[in-house]
Parts: sequence; C-alpha cells; structure tokens
Amino acid sequence: MSGAALTVDAVGKSFRGLRAVHDVSFDVPAGAIQAVIGPNGAGKTTLFNLIAGVFKPDQGTVRLGDRTLNGLRPDQICAAGVGRTFQIVKPFKTLTVEKNVTIGALRQTTSVPQARDEARAILDRLGLYDKRNMLASNLTLPDRKRLEVARALATGPKLLLLDEVMAGLRPTETDQMVAFLRGLNESSGVTILLIEHVMRAVMALSQRVVVLHHGEKIAEGTPAEVTRDRAVLQVYLGEGGH
Amino acid sequence: MAIIERLFGGVPRRALVGLAMLAAVLLLAPFVVSPFVVTVILLMFYFAYVGQAWNIMMGFAGQLSLGHSLYIGLGAYAAAALYMKAGIGPWAGIFLAIALAMAVGGIIGYLGFRFAITGVYFALLTIAFAEFFRILFDHIDWLGASAGYYLKVENRQENDPFNLRGSPTMFYYIMFGLVVLAFGLCRWLLTGRLGHYWLAIREDPEAAQATGIEVFRYKMMAVLLSSGMTALGGVFIAFYNNNLYPEQIFSMGRSIELLLGPIIGGLGTLFGPILGSALLVLVGEIMTDLTEGSQLAGLKQIFYGLVVLLIVLFLPGGVWPWLARLCGFDRDGERK
Amino acid sequence: MEFSAFDLFQAVVKGLLTGMVYSLMALGLTVIFGVMRVVNFAHGEMMVVAMYLAVMSFAALGIDPMLALIPIAAILFAFGYGLQRTLINRFINVPEHMQFILMLSVAIILVNVCLVLAGPDAQGVQLDYALDSFEIGELLIDKVRVYAALGAVVISALLYLFFSRTRTGKAIRAAADNHAGALVVGLDVNRLYAITFGIGAACVGAAGALTIMLVQVQPFLAVEYTLLAFTIVIIGGLGSLRGAIAGGLLIGVSEAIAGFLLEPSLKSVFSFGLLILVLLIRPQGLFGKAA
Repeated sequence: MSGAALTVDAVGKSFRGLRAVHDVSFDVPAGAIQAVIGPNGAGKTTLFNLIAGVFKPDQGTVRLGDRTLNGLRPDQICAAGVGRTFQIVKPFKTLTVEKNVTIGALRQTTSVPQARDEARAILDRLGLYDKRNMLASNLTLPDRKRLEVARALATGPKLLLLDEVMAGLRPTETDQMVAFLRGLNESSGVTILLIEHVMRAVMALSQRVVVLHHGEKIAEGTPAEVTRDRAVLQVYLGEGGH
Repeated sequence: MAIIERLFGGVPRRALVGLAMLAAVLLLAPFVVSPFVVTVILLMFYFAYVGQAWNIMMGFAGQLSLGHSLYIGLGAYAAAALYMKAGIGPWAGIFLAIALAMAVGGIIGYLGFRFAITGVYFALLTIAFAEFFRILFDHIDWLGASAGYYLKVENRQENDPFNLRGSPTMFYYIMFGLVVLAFGLCRWLLTGRLGHYWLAIREDPEAAQATGIEVFRYKMMAVLLSSGMTALGGVFIAFYNNNLYPEQIFSMGRSIELLLGPIIGGLGTLFGPILGSALLVLVGEIMTDLTEGSQLAGLKQIFYGLVVLLIVLFLPGGVWPWLARLCGFDRDGERK
Repeated sequence: MEFSAFDLFQAVVKGLLTGMVYSLMALGLTVIFGVMRVVNFAHGEMMVVAMYLAVMSFAALGIDPMLALIPIAAILFAFGYGLQRTLINRFINVPEHMQFILMLSVAIILVNVCLVLAGPDAQGVQLDYALDSFEIGELLIDKVRVYAALGAVVISALLYLFFSRTRTGKAIRAAADNHAGALVVGLDVNRLYAITFGIGAACVGAAGALTIMLVQVQPFLAVEYTLLAFTIVIIGGLGSLRGAIAGGLLIGVSEAIAGFLLEPSLKSVFSFGLLILVLLIRPQGLFGKAA
C-alpha cells in the first residue's frame, strides 16, 4: 500500500451563505498519522467530505501526493487512493461481512475470488474473520466500525480518512482499535487522518493535531502543544475555565 | 472450467439436484401433459423471464421501474413491424427490439441518474414514459394505432422456429430456453464484480461511491440490460399472440403484472422471480377456474392484491427466501 | 383548424375551473406526503371509489353529488384513518419501495372491488342542470363546472383554515416539521398521522364527488388520476399546499389548451411533458423546498 502525502491548501466551503469551512490549510506527510479535532459543528466532517469529493471546495485545493483532487467524484478519489469511513456507519446491511469487504477489495481487482481472499485477510487482521458470514445488520456497533474500516482498507488506500471511528467504543475497544491502526500504519505506511473526540485515541495515535472551530483552523501542533494552547482551551472549556 | 465453477460454486448440492430435477421435469412436460397445461406453464416461463429482467433493475441495482411494460411494447412493435413491413424474421428483429428498448431505457436512466432523480420521482418518471408511449402508439396509424397491429397467422401445424410460427410447444421450449439463459446470466453477473457493485449500490449508494464504485455507470448498465432483456419478452409476446394493442401492451396494468412475480417470489434473489411467477400464474388459473363468469378479471386481481399485501406484511423478503430456509438451502441467511 | 382567441380564452376558463377540482385532489396527496413522507399510490383508486359512491348515492337516493360530498368525504376519512392506523403505520420507516408496493396492493384491491361491483362500463350522474350554462357576455361556462370549482375552493379554504387555525392542524404541522420534537412535546404522533391520512383521503373523497359532476367514472381511470395527482404535486412541490393549487390550475389549463389545439386524447401528453421537464429542471417543484 504505502502512504501518500495530503496537502490541504486554503480550502473553503459555504452552504447557502453559511461558511462551513474557511481558509483551512495543513499538510499530512506520507505515512503520518494526524488528527482533526474541534467542537461539534466545527466543520470537521465537511472537511472530510471536501477531501473525499462529496463536496467540491469553493476555494483552495486538496492534493494527494502531487495529484489534485478538486472536482473529482468520490469514486474517482477512492481510485486515486483515498479510503474513508462515515461518522454514522454505512454498512451494506443485507450483505454478509465478507461480501461487504469483498466489494471494497474489488477496487483493486476484477476477480471476485481474489477480492474475497484479500477481504478475508483484512477481516482476519481486524478480528472479524469468524463473523465473516454474518449479515452486516446483525453486527454490534464496535464490529460495524471495524467493518467500516476493513471495507475502506480493502480498497487499497494511500490515505485513510477515519471519521470518529472510536465513538461509542469502550476504553478496551478503543485501545484495540488504536493498536490496530498503529500496527497498520507501521506495516503498510498508509497515511491516516482521523476526526476524533476521544482524546485518549488522539493522544495515543497522532503525531500532529489540527484544531478547527467555526470552520477555521485555530491551532496546530503536537498533541501536547495543542492541549496546552490557550485558544484551544478557551474553545473547549470556555473563558477562564472552571 | 472457470465458468462452471463460477456458475455453480458455493451452491449446496441439494439445490443443484433440485434444479436439475426441475429442469428435467419441465423439458419432458409437453410430452406428458395436456396442451392447455403447456400454455399455462409457458405463461409462467414468460412472467419468470420478464420478472427476472425487471429484477435486475430493482432487486440488484435498487431502481424501481413501474413502467417496464414500455420495453415489452417497444420490443413487440419493433419486431412485429420488421416482420410485417420488411419480411424480416424475429431472430433478426430481436436486434432492433433490443436496440430500441435500450435507447429509451438509456434515456430514462440518463435523465434519472444524471439529475439525481430517485425513489418516488424515478418511479413516476418511468410511469410517465410508459404512458407517453402508450398514447403515442395509440396514434401511430402506420402501426395500427389504437385498433391494433396484427401479424400474419399462418398454418400452425408446421413449426417454423425461424419465424416463430408454430405450436405452443415450440414457444414453450423457446421460452424455457430464455428463462434458463436469463437465470444463468443473472447468476453469472451476481457472482462477478458487476453483481457485487450492483448490490452495493442497492444497499447504500453513498457508501458504494466512497468504496470506489462509479454509481452512475453501473446504474446505467442495470437499466440497459434490464430494458434490453425485457424487449426480448416483447418480441416473444408479439409472435405468440399475433396482435398488439397499445392500450394493453404499454399499460400500467402490465407493468404491475410483471413485477408481482419478483416481489412475491423474492426481490433481488435469483430464483424468486421464477417461483413468484409460477405461483402467480397458478393462482390465476385456479381463480379463473373457480370463478366462471365475466367478473373474473376483477376477482383475480383482488386476489393478487391480497396476496401481495400479505406477502408485504408477513414475508417482505418474498416466498423464496423463506422456502429456501425451510429446505436448508442457505447457510447464513444471505439471500440467494 | 380555425379558432379564435376567444375560443382559446373560453378553454382556459374551463381549464381553470377543472383545475380547481384537480387541485383539491392533489391537496390530499400533498398533505399526506408533506406530513408523513408516505407516497399514496392508491390515490387515484380512492378517487374512483369516491366517484362510484357518488354515482350510487345519486342512483339510489337521488342525492346531488354536492351534498353527497359530505358523507363521502367522511367515509373516506374513516377509511384513510383506519388504513393508516392498521397498515401504513408499520411502514413509515421501511424502504420506499416497500411502501409503494403496500399502497399498490391496496390500490389493486380497491379498483378491482369497484370493477367487480360496478362493472367495467362508464357510469355517471345525470344532473338536471348538467347542460345549463352561465352566460357572461359572450362567455359560456357550464354550471356544473362552476359549482364543482366553487365546492373545491370552499373545501380547500376549510383545509387551509384547519391547518393554520386549529390546534390539531398546528400539531400536525409541528409533527411534520419535527417528528422527534413532536414526540418529546407529548403529541400523539400516530394519531396525528392517522388524522392526516384521513384528511388526505377526505380531500380525495370530496374531489371525487365533485368530479363525477364533470365526467363519468370507469375503473381504469384510477391510474390516470394517480398519475395526474402526482404530476400536479410534483410540479407544485411535494408537501406544499400552495403548490398543489398552483399545479392543479396549471395542469387544468394546459390540458384544456392541449385538448383544444390538438386532439383531446393527447391532452395528457402535455402533462407528461411538463412532468418530465419539472423533474429535470426543478425537481422540488414550484413551491417545494430544495432537497
């Protein structure tokens, strides 16, 4: 797989006059793990949607490696190497776990048997192999999240966009997912960008953190730097704190 | 051979045996049963075939077409016109039929998918097109207009498969062949990348797109294949009935008729349309028997309506998945 | 073909009056969709049932459709209410195509019951004043058309008042805007939905009673009415009362003009053309909210 670098350059998007994202710029080097945090409504998912092609940026450019992603369709962006998960998981409900991931793997091969083998390998790494014949709709939430990651992974991405993949997980499950992601990043070098509220995961995984508020970047740095940043503290804890 | 593996791999032995036995029975039936029964089974084949074609669009790719009679009508008129006006036999007429249906289907698909018309709106679009063509053909004098278009009915004693002139038994085997081909084709597609992508689109188009699937392209393929296949049914019906009336062949009633089989049998399954159509025709024949009289048309439909209602309420997945589970044909609950 | 601008004007007036009745029919559909997001595929069939009820009450008791309108609307209200409570309620959160098929099966049953009971031939009401017309200058307008239109206007106005002035009406609008919020505030949403469907059905019932004054009824007309209602509602905007009225008038007029300029049997071609155009250019319709 190996990772590609993501460059977000002065990206902006408005919806009917409301600025959802404004002048956001940051770089994610190839193979790095970074996080985007911010209060609800800060524009994080919109940012992901801009990168993944669900929306077209009104201003700015998004680049993967040296390839500009602006204006490409989501499936084209997936083909370019971006895999994404959704905040509210979207599994293919009446299909089996294995079929869900096989469909992802078909991005890389036209042979269904090959895709199925690839899918099984990925399911194994995520601990879902035993459940491969279950219907996706019958999975628990943590398993559905894992399925979502597996499916995105099966497309062979160079950049993985994970939208609140830890939400709703218990601490042990969070640790498992963190361990998996770190292992994935180390072995394959895939670049990972996470939106997260679960600070435990953010601190454990990310090398750098970008903080959004009202659609703008208000801080950037290592987890330690960002959690000490005055602007960030103000946004999260209010004036003067309690 | 890879084809055999793909077509039959993963299917429980019991199901294959059952299928083979069924095929054998159907092949031999005309020699054993009365000519009337032959025509009844033929009708089942017809509905199974067009139901399967419709199922590709709805059950596989998730696009609801309520105007599918359009393609039957186009196919029928295309082949009939070629035969009557230019003396070109139906096997060649097929190409025009398919081309015409695919062209119109392509337009509907394009309009629908490019402009993000889905669900209700798309279904209404399909109805509007069917109705439009119904009214249009009602006014095409060159093709008989509302008085109807008639094919030369020749000596029915000799079978002329080349021109689709002959006994019901001949049609029986031709239709049987079509059903087998449709079944095989659908199985082939479902086990391939195309089928998988269709299922993804049916389940969740947004997630499908994020997984690298170009939704528009695959939806178009579903519409094109479905409309083309359905047109073949139209060719058949033209040469079997030997008369075409726009009010009938393009009617909404026909559109609904052809989708009842897949729905009752099981949307999105392979065998569902076949089972559903068989059940429907069977029930229809029984109703016709029980209700000698002029109101029979209405009573039969009321019964159909009730059956669909019951299925929707209690067996929304259709009869086939339930039956398959009963026979132990599936291991994991996934629709076959 | 010779025609004068005046003849055209006359056709337009006729179209407007007919359009008012169409609007009433469409109002029923849009109310149901606007509140419950349910697509009533049995709309035309209910219309036809109402028309037959009017025929029967006229034949048996000699009641003018305009009077029969009230009990017919009541009957259909009860039917709609009952249908929603027993069947449709279970289908609110189910994939769209299942809703369709449910309503489709109801439609099939309804229309064929009519066929079995009343037979396939066209039936109508022979009103004493059916051939009378009002004369306004040189304009000749059928009395039936005017009365039907007036009836439609009155009922539409009542509907508007219901939704804007009464508690139940406002509660329904609230539930339509925000389902969860309505629940939280303690509104019995299921009951409101049932009332809404009942109202929608009642509109159709009234429209049917009025329409039988203008045309005869046959079972197969059901599909055409369903299509007509949908065309109007889509053009006007699904869920918009104003849209249903505007759409109804628009379709009434375009049908009249098409019937006048071309052949009457081609009048729906215009409507379909409009439908396709609207779906392409402005799918939310004239007054609908953009998706």
